[in-house]
Amino acid sequence: MARRILTALVGAAVMGIGAPAASAATLDDVKAKGFVQCGVNTGLAGFSAPDASGNWAGFDVDYCKAIAAAVFGDGSKVKYTPTSAKERFPALQSGEVDVLARNTTWSINRDTALGFNFRTVNYYDGQGFMVRKGLNVKSALELSGAAVCVQTGTTTELNLADYFKSNNLQYNPVVFEKLDEVNAAYDAGRCDVYTTDQSGLYSLRLTLSKPDDHMILPEIISKEPLGPAVRQGDDQWFDIVSWVHYALVQAEEFGITQANVEEMKKSTNPDVQRFLGVEADSKIGTDLGLTNEWAVNIIKAVGNYGEVFDRNIGAGSPLKIERGLNALWNKGGIQYAPPVR
Amino acid sequence: MNTHQASFVRASMIEASPAPLLESGVAYWLRKNLFATPKDTALTIISLLVLAWLIPPAIQWLFIDAAWSGGGRGVCATVAQGGSQPDGWSGACWAFVNAKFSQFIFGRYPPDERWRPALVGVIFVLILVPMLIPKVPYKGLNAFLLLVVLPILAIILLPGGWLGLTYVETPLWGGLMVTLVLSFVGIAVSLPLGVLLALGRRSTMPVIKMLCTIFIEIVRGIPLITVLFMASVMLPLFLPQGVTFDKFLRALIGVSLFASAYMAEVVRGGLQAIPKGQYEGADSLGLGYWQKMNLIILPQALKLVIPGIVNTFIGLFKDTSLVSIIGMFDLLGIVRLNFSDTNWASAVTPVSGLIFAGFIFWLFCFGMSRYSGFMERVLDTSQQR
Repeated sequence: MARRILTALVGAAVMGIGAPAASAATLDDVKAKGFVQCGVNTGLAGFSAPDASGNWAGFDVDYCKAIAAAVFGDGSKVKYTPTSAKERFPALQSGEVDVLARNTTWSINRDTALGFNFRTVNYYDGQGFMVRKGLNVKSALELSGAAVCVQTGTTTELNLADYFKSNNLQYNPVVFEKLDEVNAAYDAGRCDVYTTDQSGLYSLRLTLSKPDDHMILPEIISKEPLGPAVRQGDDQWFDIVSWVHYALVQAEEFGITQANVEEMKKSTNPDVQRFLGVEADSKIGTDLGLTNEWAVNIIKAVGNYGEVFDRNIGAGSPLKIERGLNALWNKGGIQYAPPVR
Repeated sequence: MNTHQASFVRASMIEASPAPLLESGVAYWLRKNLFATPKDTALTIISLLVLAWLIPPAIQWLFIDAAWSGGGRGVCATVAQGGSQPDGWSGACWAFVNAKFSQFIFGRYPPDERWRPALVGVIFVLILVPMLIPKVPYKGLNAFLLLVVLPILAIILLPGGWLGLTYVETPLWGGLMVTLVLSFVGIAVSLPLGVLLALGRRSTMPVIKMLCTIFIEIVRGIPLITVLFMASVMLPLFLPQGVTFDKFLRALIGVSLFASAYMAEVVRGGLQAIPKGQYEGADSLGLGYWQKMNLIILPQALKLVIPGIVNTFIGLFKDTSLVSIIGMFDLLGIVRLNFSDTNWASAVTPVSGLIFAGFIFWLFCFGMSRYSGFMERVLDTSQQR
């Protein structure tokens, strides 16, 4: 009950007094203070988690670094604010963070009423179900009466309610604040079904005592486009955050990697020259409010989109998530960058 | 003088014969304490069975089957999970705790600068230990070192930013260090503030009485988690754009004020337990208010409520974990944060981490509890028989 009241209070504050807090020139503020304040998850495997020496690492964290690299030419000029699912929106709203790279689903409510802007999707996710094989369930439609483990304060929780309601199924939600609690509860058998985004199901698989006893049901019940969010009312900063993502995708399309970026600057391909800012009289970077080296700096700091994906959540990581929808548009996915010209 | 020489009278005392076998030694102890009645016997046997059922698997899991060293999740995962342990294996993953140990202690404090919190910790122990031993003299100087010099030293060393020390901002602090700083400040602030609030609430001056009562009742009426959440999330919304003040500082203030309100009620309980005659006796000696309180009332009242005070301290120590709700990582928070490191993700990692965190919390709380028991005995001068 206290939690509901809290949520309502924070919601009211965000709606009521949060809106005027957006300042016009985030880029100037960021340059003045000398670092990007980036809101990340308080711990999500592969997206933002501490590495061996305790530094933040992960897919979302690399986006923070890429933004810092675009602005300062130095990917280390970031400070991270770990935020919980409920804390993240007030944090962005109040200006405590400049950008929220925290596996946040782009939804119309967040885009309009909450006063944020989304344009790019850095990870296309979707909500799925995992069940014990012993239940003999082949489809989510057979889950009537099941106890479902779910993380509270997320779109996952809302999608779950909608799905069961629209299919006239009963269920008992077993809610937890943190993902590791949900994982532990499911593994301990406190619920029959586990639901979260597919990326989360992959990380759950690493922590189950008997991974072979579980299966993922075929239904994907939601679209979860995850992307970085900024405050409304600052188009320049919005453009920069959006084009950081596009630059990463474009670099993968051109085959520019962290290792060969210097070499590629000598490329004779005019598209590549324009993208890397070596074309004569190029104004692409300066029009963004950055330097013409912006794309080079991003790639030097974190590599291209494919490298970021592989290193943190893909084949090069313990999670081993397939590219799927997140492959480039010309390789069967839907990651697509507008032309740089 | 003829001494008594009757041969049938023993000249020396007879050696005390050993107690009957059933009235002494191990057998007697067992019979008296464990098997005195049929009910006792039944309880003893059931308890032994429960222990025999619980302890060997626990030892097996915690020590014998445990993975003690290794560089990644492989050592703590079975083959089916993508690791190197045989199928069906389950044991504690101490390799995880081992690899992350310095993070658990210092959080994300830069490794090159970790000597600073370590130094503060060593000095803290060096000052605290003589403070805790009643026989060591110079308590006044010792208290001055603990409550004035140490905090100044900590403010210089921990954040740095002057005297050539690099600045380490508080979001990088974490682990046991944050737990200890929060609890130390909470304890050091809440005891004096709590005493003042308790005196204020029992004061005859209406304004002071009302203010203290309002403060205590409001703060006691709100959960700590709400105080922290408001301080962290709501406060920035009310402040002008760009004005922020440190989250850690906000948490420190929140925790200290919160603990003070509880402490005030504990101390008030002690004040009320002092018979009216003590107050009147002090008045009849012509003592002023503060003399009366300092010399007569508080020494008796505080002694009475030592268990309550320590209870509040222990509660405060454990409540510091709640700062993880505002994105600060205390010991428990940093342990749980590391569950999301995919290089260590395995079925036994979370349990092992939580057992470690629980053990550290228990060590501190048990230490406080034993010390309070000791102090109760030392100060128990009036009730001894």
